[in-house]
Amino acid sequence: MEITIELLVFLVFALLTLAGGLGVVLARNLFRAALLLLLSLFGVAGLFVLLAAPFLAAVQVLIYMGGITILIIFAVMLTRGMVRARNVFSEQWDLAAIVSLAFLALVVYLLWQLQQGSSAALFAAPPPEGGLENPIAALGAALVDPAQYMLPFEVASVLLAGALIGAIYIARDDEVE
Amino acid sequence: MVPLWMFLLVAAALFAIGLFGVLSRRNAVAILMGVELMLNAVNINLIAFWRYRTPDTMIGQAFAVFVFVVAAAEAAVGLALIVAIYRRRQSVAVEDVNLLKW
Amino acid sequence: MIDWTNANYLPWLIPVPPLLAAALIFLVTNRSWWLTTTTALVATITSWVMATIMLLRAIGVAFGEALDGEAFGSTAPWMDLGSTQFQIGVLVDPLTTAMLFMVPLAILMIMIYSVGYMAHDPRRERFFGYMSLFAGAMLLLVVADNLLLLFIGWEVMGFCSYSLIGFWFEKESAHRAGVKAFMTTRVADVIMLLGIAYLYAETGTLSFREIFFNEALLAGLAAKPAIIFGGLSAAGLIGVFLVIGTIGKSAQFPLHVWLPDAMEGPTPVSAMIHAAAMVSAGVYMIIRMYPLLEAGADPHHGVYSAPLLLMAYVGAFTALFSAVIAVAQNDIKRVLAYSTISQLGFMMAALGIGAYIAAAFHLITHGIFKALLFMSSGAVIHAMEHGEHHAHEHGHHVHNAFGGHGRFDPQDMRNMGGLKGRIPVTWFGFLTGGLALAGFPLFTAGFWSKDEIFAEAWHLGFGEGFGPAMFVFVLLALAAFLTAFYTMRQLAMTFAGEPRTEAAAQASLGGPKTVVSTFMQGPLIVLGVAALVAGYIGVPQDFPLFGWLFSGNGNPFHDFVGGTLPHHPPTLAFNVVPVLFSFVVALGGLYVGYRVYWRRPLAAGQPDPTQLALDRISPYLWQWMSHKFYVDELYQRVFVQPSQWLSEVLTSKIIDRIVIDGILHTIAHVAGWIGELFKRFNRVVIDGVGDGIPQAIGAFAGWFRRVQTGNVQQYLLMAVLAALVIFLSAAGLLVRISPTTVLIALAALVVIIVVLNLIGRVWGGIAE
Repeated sequence: MEITIELLVFLVFALLTLAGGLGVVLARNLFRAALLLLLSLFGVAGLFVLLAAPFLAAVQVLIYMGGITILIIFAVMLTRGMVRARNVFSEQWDLAAIVSLAFLALVVYLLWQLQQGSSAALFAAPPPEGGLENPIAALGAALVDPAQYMLPFEVASVLLAGALIGAIYIARDDEVE
Repeated sequence: MVPLWMFLLVAAALFAIGLFGVLSRRNAVAILMGVELMLNAVNINLIAFWRYRTPDTMIGQAFAVFVFVVAAAEAAVGLALIVAIYRRRQSVAVEDVNLLKW
Repeated sequence: MIDWTNANYLPWLIPVPPLLAAALIFLVTNRSWWLTTTTALVATITSWVMATIMLLRAIGVAFGEALDGEAFGSTAPWMDLGSTQFQIGVLVDPLTTAMLFMVPLAILMIMIYSVGYMAHDPRRERFFGYMSLFAGAMLLLVVADNLLLLFIGWEVMGFCSYSLIGFWFEKESAHRAGVKAFMTTRVADVIMLLGIAYLYAETGTLSFREIFFNEALLAGLAAKPAIIFGGLSAAGLIGVFLVIGTIGKSAQFPLHVWLPDAMEGPTPVSAMIHAAAMVSAGVYMIIRMYPLLEAGADPHHGVYSAPLLLMAYVGAFTALFSAVIAVAQNDIKRVLAYSTISQLGFMMAALGIGAYIAAAFHLITHGIFKALLFMSSGAVIHAMEHGEHHAHEHGHHVHNAFGGHGRFDPQDMRNMGGLKGRIPVTWFGFLTGGLALAGFPLFTAGFWSKDEIFAEAWHLGFGEGFGPAMFVFVLLALAAFLTAFYTMRQLAMTFAGEPRTEAAAQASLGGPKTVVSTFMQGPLIVLGVAALVAGYIGVPQDFPLFGWLFSGNGNPFHDFVGGTLPHHPPTLAFNVVPVLFSFVVALGGLYVGYRVYWRRPLAAGQPDPTQLALDRISPYLWQWMSHKFYVDELYQRVFVQPSQWLSEVLTSKIIDRIVIDGILHTIAHVAGWIGELFKRFNRVVIDGVGDGIPQAIGAFAGWFRRVQTGNVQQYLLMAVLAALVIFLSAAGLLVRISPTTVLIALAALVVIIVVLNLIGRVWGGIAE
C-alpha cells in the first residue's frame, strides 16, 4: 500500500483517538482522564474531517469537546475527593480486560474474514467520487424535511428538553427550598 | 487513500477501549467517559459507512446527529444522577451504590 | 386531508377522548379534583356524543337501504411484517353499532355516578385516570376492525382492572383480588394469543371482514387439520383458543374465580367490569369471531364444531352453577357478581347453539341492567356506611346482625332490611334492575332478551331435536328460575321489612341536594328507565300485541344485527311454549322468593329460610353453596400450592442446586470431587435425606444468591459476555465459518464464561 499524505494524517488522528482513549480508561487522576478524553474526541473530529463530514467534525468539537467534556469536568470537581482514589479499578478489571479483548478479537477476525471474502472489493476501494454538492446544506434540509427526518428531529428536541429538565430536577439540592 | 477497513478497525479498537473503561472503572464519572468513547466509536462507524456506501444520501450523517443528541442527553442526566448520589452518599464508586440486590 | 365529518373516519375518534383524558389526568390535573372530574366527564360525554352520531348514521343507513354487509370504517397501514403489510383500522358494522349504544351510555353513567361515589376518597383523581383509560380501551376494542387491535384494548383493560380491583390496596384482600383477576385472565389471554397467532399464520390477516366474508378461506380452515390435537380442524383449534380467552375474560367456569373477588374494588369499578367492559368484551369478541367459530358447522341443522360445543356446555353449566351459588351469598355485591357470571353463561350457551342475535341482544340488555344493579348496590352500601357513621355519632356501636365479632360489614345483606323508604331512588333502581335480571315478563328488557334465547333453544332442542340445544334449554330454564328466586331474595333482604341494624335504620345518602346523592342517583334514574324500555327494540314480530306495537316491520334488532353476518340468520316463527316457560320460570322464581323472604322478612340473627329448608335434606348443601363449591380452595390446592412448591423445590432446589451447581463444581473441583462425593454420599446415607439435603440447599441458596451483587458493572459484564455469544453466532452466519468452528468457539466461550463466572464468585466471596 502506498503511503499518501492522507494516510499519514489518518494514522496521526487514529493514534490520537486510541492513545487518548486508552489514557481515559487508564489514568489514575480523573481530571487528567477528562483532559485525555478531550484529546481522543479531537482525534475523532479529525477522522470526521477525513471522512468528508466537516459539519459533524464541527459539532464534535462544539458539543463533545466544548459541552460534554466541560460537563464532565464540572462533575469531577463537584464530586471532589474522588479524584485521586487509591483503587481506580474495580475487582473485575482483569475480567473486563479479557472480555474487551475478546470483543476486539472477534471484530478484527470478522473484518479480516470479510476482507478475504465477500466484501473484499468494498474494503479496498477508495471512497466513491462525487456525492452531494453541498452536504451540509443537504443535511440541514434533510433534518427539517417532513419526508425525511423532521419527526425524529422534533422528537430529539423533546428528548433534549426532557433531559435538561430532568437533569435540573435530579441534581437540585433538596435542602435548598 | 484510506481504505474503509482502517476506519472500522479504529472504531472497533475505540469501542473495546471504552467497553473496558465501562466495565472496570470504579468511578461513575469515568464510566460515563467510557460510554462517551463507545458512542464515538459508533459514530465513526456510521460516518465511515456513509462515506463509502451511501455518500449521496444523508442517512448516515443524520443518524450520527441523533447519536450526538442522545449522547448529550445521556451525559446531562447521567452526571446529574452522579451529583445527586454523591450528595447523598459521599461517594461515586459504583460498588457503593448496590442497594438493589438479593 | 382527512374529512372527519365523514362517517368512515368518525370511529377513529371515539376511543380518543377517554385515552387523552387518562393521560391528562395522570400527568397534569391529578392535583385538582375539580379539573379531574371535568376532564373525565367531558371526555366521556364527547365519546358518547360521537358514538351516538355514529349510531344514528348507521341506523339511518340500515333503514334507508339496508346495511347488509355494508359498514363504516377505514384502514391505514400500521407496520410492515416481512413482505406483508399489517393494516390498522376501525369498523362500524351493525354489531358494533349495537355495542356503541350500550357501552358509551353505560360508561357515561358510571363516570357520573363515580363523581358522587368517590367524592370523599383520598385517591379519587387516580381513580378517574384509571377509569378513563379503562373506558378508552373498551371503546377501542369495540371499534377495532382486526383481532390485534381488539387484543390491545383487551389487555389494557386487563391492566386497568388489576389496578382498579386493587384500588384500595391497603386492604390485603383487595390487593390479592387484583392479582388474582390479573393472573386468572392472563392464563386465558396467553391461550387466546396463541389462537390469534395461529390465525395469522394460517390466513395472513387478522381483519374481521377479510376473514369472515371470504367463504373459501373459512371452508379451507374448517377442512384443514390442526397442527396439534389432530381431531380438530384448524378453524376448530383457533376457535377453541379464542373461546378459552373468553372463558377467562368473561369469567366462565372454570376460570370464573376472579370475578367475585373483583368486588373488592370500588363499586363503580364493579359496574364497569361487569356491565360496560371486561366481561362484555369477552362475549363481544366471541360474537365478533362467530363466523370463524362456526366454520364447517351449521348449528341450525345440528352440525356443531368444537368451539360451539365447548361454548354450549361451558356456558349452560356456568349459568346454572353460579346461579346456585348466588342463592347462598349474603354479600350484596357477591350475589350480583355470581348473577353476572350466570348471565354471561346464558350468552355463551346461546352462541354455542347458534343463537347469535339472541346472545348479542342479551349482551346489550344485560350491560344496561347490570350497570344499574351495581350502581344501586353501591348506593345501598354508601347509605349503609353513612348510617353506620351516623349511628356512631349518636353513641351506638353498630354490630353485625348475624352475630360474630368482626368489623361491621355494610355490604352484608343480613345487616340491611327496610331500606325501601329510606333510599327511594335507589329502591327504584334496584327494583327495575332486579326485575330485568329476573326477566319479569313483558315490561323489562331482560325478559325480551332471555325470551329470545329460550325461543331459539326450544326450537333447536325440542323442535328439531338437537342434543346440545336441549341440554342448554333445560339448564338455562333452571338457572333462570334460580335467578328470579335469588333476585327476589336480594330485594327482600335489602329493602323489605324492618331494619335489622342501627346502621340500616339510619341509612341515607346524605340529603337531597348533596354532591353524593345528586351524582349517584341521576344515573340510576336514566338506566332504570333504559332497563325497562331497551328490550322493545328486539320484540319478535309475531309476538301477540307487543310484536304489533314495536315490530311492525319485523324484529328491528334481529334484522339490524343480522346484517353483521354474511348470511342473515333465520327468523323463528312465534312459539308459545318457550314464552310460557319464560313466564313460568321468571314469575315462579319471583313468587317463591316473595313467599319466603318478603312476606316474612328476616329478623336480626335469624338464619336464612332457604338454608333451613336445605338443611333438612343435607347439612352440606348450603355449606357447599355458600362456599362456592370450594372451587377457590381446590385451585389453592391444585394450582397455587404446587406452583409454589415447584418454584421452591424444582427451580431453587433442583435446577439451581443440581444443574447449575453441578456444572460449576464439575469444572472447579474435578480433582477433589470424587472424595467429596463419597463423603457427601456417606453423610446422606447416615443423616438421611431429611437432614443433609435441606442444609446443602440452604447453604447453596445463600451462596448462589450472591450472583445478585447489586453491582451494575458485574451485571454489565455478564450482559456483554452473553452479547459476545450471540455475536459469535451471527458472525458465523455472516462469513460462513464452518458450523464445527462455530460450535467449538461457542463451546470455548461457554467454558470461558463459566470459569470466569466461578472466579468472579470466589472473588466476590473473598471480598465479602
